[in-house]
Amino acid sequence: MSTLVTNARLIDPEAGTEKHGALLIRDGQIAEVFGTPEPDMGAMPDKRQPRVTQDAAGKYLAPGIVDIGVKVSEPGERHKESFRSAGRAAAAGGVTTMVTRPDTDPAIDSPEVLEFVTRRANEDAPVRVLPMAALTKGRQGREMVEIGFLKDAGAAAFTDCDSVVQNTKVLSRCMTYARSLGALVIGHPQDPGLSDGAAATSGKFSSLKGLPAVSPMAERIGLDRDLALAELSGVAYHADQITTKSALDRLAQAKAQGIDVTAGISIHHLTLNELDVGDYRTFFKVKPPLRSEDDRMACAEAVASGLIDVISSMHTPQDEESKRLPFEAAASGAVALETLLPAALRLYHAGQIDLPALFRALSLNPSRRLGLGTGRLAVGAPADLILFDPDAPFVLDRFALRSKSKNTPFDGARLQGRVLATWVAGNCIYTGD
Amino acid sequence: MTFRAKHLLGIEHLSSEDIKTLLDLAAHYVDLNRRDIKHNDALAGLTQVNMFFENSTRTQASFELAGKRLGADVMNMAMQASSIKKGETLIDTALTLNAMHPDLLVVRHPQSGAVNLLAEKVNCAVLNAGDGRHEHPTQALLDALTIQRAKGRLHRLSIAICGDIAHSRVARSNIFLLGKMENRVRLVGPPTLMPAGVADWGVEVYGDMAEGLRDVDVVMMLRLQRERMDGAFIPSEREYYHRFGLDAAKLKVAKDDAIVMHPGPMNRGVEIDGTLADDINRSVIQEQVEMGVAVRMAAMDLLARNLRTSRQPEGVLV
Repeated sequence: MSTLVTNARLIDPEAGTEKHGALLIRDGQIAEVFGTPEPDMGAMPDKRQPRVTQDAAGKYLAPGIVDIGVKVSEPGERHKESFRSAGRAAAAGGVTTMVTRPDTDPAIDSPEVLEFVTRRANEDAPVRVLPMAALTKGRQGREMVEIGFLKDAGAAAFTDCDSVVQNTKVLSRCMTYARSLGALVIGHPQDPGLSDGAAATSGKFSSLKGLPAVSPMAERIGLDRDLALAELSGVAYHADQITTKSALDRLAQAKAQGIDVTAGISIHHLTLNELDVGDYRTFFKVKPPLRSEDDRMACAEAVASGLIDVISSMHTPQDEESKRLPFEAAASGAVALETLLPAALRLYHAGQIDLPALFRALSLNPSRRLGLGTGRLAVGAPADLILFDPDAPFVLDRFALRSKSKNTPFDGARLQGRVLATWVAGNCIYTGD
Repeated sequence: MTFRAKHLLGIEHLSSEDIKTLLDLAAHYVDLNRRDIKHNDALAGLTQVNMFFENSTRTQASFELAGKRLGADVMNMAMQASSIKKGETLIDTALTLNAMHPDLLVVRHPQSGAVNLLAEKVNCAVLNAGDGRHEHPTQALLDALTIQRAKGRLHRLSIAICGDIAHSRVARSNIFLLGKMENRVRLVGPPTLMPAGVADWGVEVYGDMAEGLRDVDVVMMLRLQRERMDGAFIPSEREYYHRFGLDAAKLKVAKDDAIVMHPGPMNRGVEIDGTLADDINRSVIQEQVEMGVAVRMAAMDLLARNLRTSRQPEGVLV
C-alpha cells in the first residue's frame, strides 16, 4: 500500500521549515519527501508506483499530534468516553497518538489493568494509544506501583495526574526507582495545601465572584519541589501543565542547570483566561483553574520560544450531570481532542507562533519525550500524518463533537482550522468534508 | 419606574436608578409597617417559596414576614433536612419546585453562583438571599436605606466596612452598591481576611482600625464567619477583638455623628462591644432589621410587577 500526497505545504517541525512539496507513504512509513509539488514518478519501476495519489491542493501536511494526557474513561466511566469515541474524536482532531491518563476508576496501577486498557484500545481506537500508569497505588501517594512490570507491559510514563504525591519521601523514592528503569515521571506541579478546595485563580475576578481560589504561586511551589527531587534523583521529569509566569522562570532555570525536565500546557490555558468563566460557566472549570491574561500571554510566548515543550488537550470528558452544578461543586475538565488543533491555530492566526513551532509542541516534542519515532516528516519515520486547512472557518457546535461527553468551553466559538485527512501508520483513518 | 429586572440575583448588575427605585418603594413600606394594619395586596394570589440551603433565622423570617404582609402565600422549605440529603441535585430540586408554579423564589445557598444557576432553570422570579461568598443584595439594600435615613443622603459619604471581608457576601454587595451611589468605601481588617485582588476594587484598604475609621460617617461591622473558617485566618478571637473589635475607644476617631451598623447575628465581644451595639445614639442595628422587611417587600413587589407584565399575552395593551 502506498500513497503519494502531492501539492502540499509540508510542515517539518524538526527542520523548522514549511515548504511546498510532496510526500510518499509506503509500508506505513514516510518513504520519500519531495521538494517539488508534482514529482515525476516516471523514473520509478512499475511495482514501486504509488497506488493512490492525493492532491493536497496546497493545504498543509504535518506530522500527527501526539497528545499527552488524554482521559479515556475506561475503565469505570465508559458513559463519559470510550476508546471508540475518543479514538474517533482523535482521528477527526488530527491526534494520531493518544497518551492516556491513569486517573480512571480503578486507577491504572497494575499490569493487569494496563493489559485491559491496551486490549480495549487495540480493539476500538483507530489511532495509536499509549497508556500511562499511575506512579503510586490507587494514586494514593503511599506505595509505588510495579514500575518495572508496568513498563514492560507498555506503560508510556508514570503519573498520579492531579493527585499530587504529598509525601516527599515517597515521591523521592518513586523518582529514584523510576530513574533506574529509565521511566518518565510526569508531575502535576501544585501545592496541595494552597490549592485545597480551590475552583478559581485568586485575584480580582474570583474575589468578586466569591469563588474559593488558589494563588498562582501554588504552581511554583509545587514545581520547585518536584524540580529539587528530579535533580536529586536524576529522573526524567515532565511537568504536565505549567500555566503561570512565575513557574516559567523556575522552569527556565532548571533547564539551564541541566535537569532532565520538560513541561507541557493545556490548550485551554493557552487560549482562555479566568474572565472567560463569566457568570459561573462550569465548562470553563479546569484544573489548574484558568489564569490571568498576563499568565496566558507569558505561556504563549514560552511555547513559541520552546521553553514550554508540549501542548496537549488535557481531554477530560465529564457528563452533563457533573457540570450542571454550582461552580464550586462542578467537576473539572474539558474535552478537547477535536478542538485542540483549531484552538492552537488561534495562536498562529494571532501571529504568536509559526506552524513549524506549533507542530514542534504538538507532535515532535511529545513524541521525543516518550521516545517514539513519530512527530517528524523524515524518511523512515512512521507515516502518522495529518492534512489540514488552517484557515477554514467554522462555528463549533458541541453536540457535533464525536466525544461522548460534550463539555467543551468552545461551544459557539468561531474557530479556524479543519483536519482534511488523518493517516496512522500509512492508513488513512479519517477524511473530513 | 426603571426597574425591569426579572430576578434579583445581585447588586452588581443593577443601575443606580434601579437602586433608587427600590429604596423609594421600600421607604413607602417602612411607613406601612409602622401602621396598625400592616397589610396590602401587592402579592395577593402569588406563591412565595423560601428555599434555604443554609441555616438562617433572621433573613428567612424577614422574607416570610415581607411576603405575608403583601398577601402572598408563603412556604418555607428547610433544604438541609430535605431531598438534598437524598442526593437530589440543585437543578432537579429547582425543576420539581418549578412544577408547583411558584411566583417568587427566595434562595439561600452555601455556594457562590448557585442562585444564578437555579434562576436559569425556573420561570418565576428569583431573589438571592445570599449565595456563598458572592452576593446578598437585600442586605446591601437594607443597609443603604438605613444609611439614607440616618444620614439624609446616600452619596458622598465615607463608609468603613470592617472585619471578615474575604468570606462576606454582605461586603461584596455593599461595595457594589455604595460604589454605584458614589460613596468612598474603605475596607478594614487583617490581611488574611482580605480577598485577593482587593486593591483593584476601587476601595481603600486599611489594616488598622485607628487609620481606617478616621473621619468616616458610617462604620459597618461584619460578623466573623466562624463557620466558614477552614484554616488559620486569625490567631485567636481575643486578639481579633483587641485589634479589630469595635468599641467606644476605636470609634472615637470616626466623625462624632458616625453610625454603627452590623448585619447580624452579632458575636458580642468578638467583632463588636456589646454596650456599643446597644447604644441607641450610635448603633442603628435595630433599624437595619426594620428596614430589612421593607426592602424585601419592595423587591418582591417590583419583581412581581415585572412577572405579571411578562405574563401578559403579547400584543395586548394594559
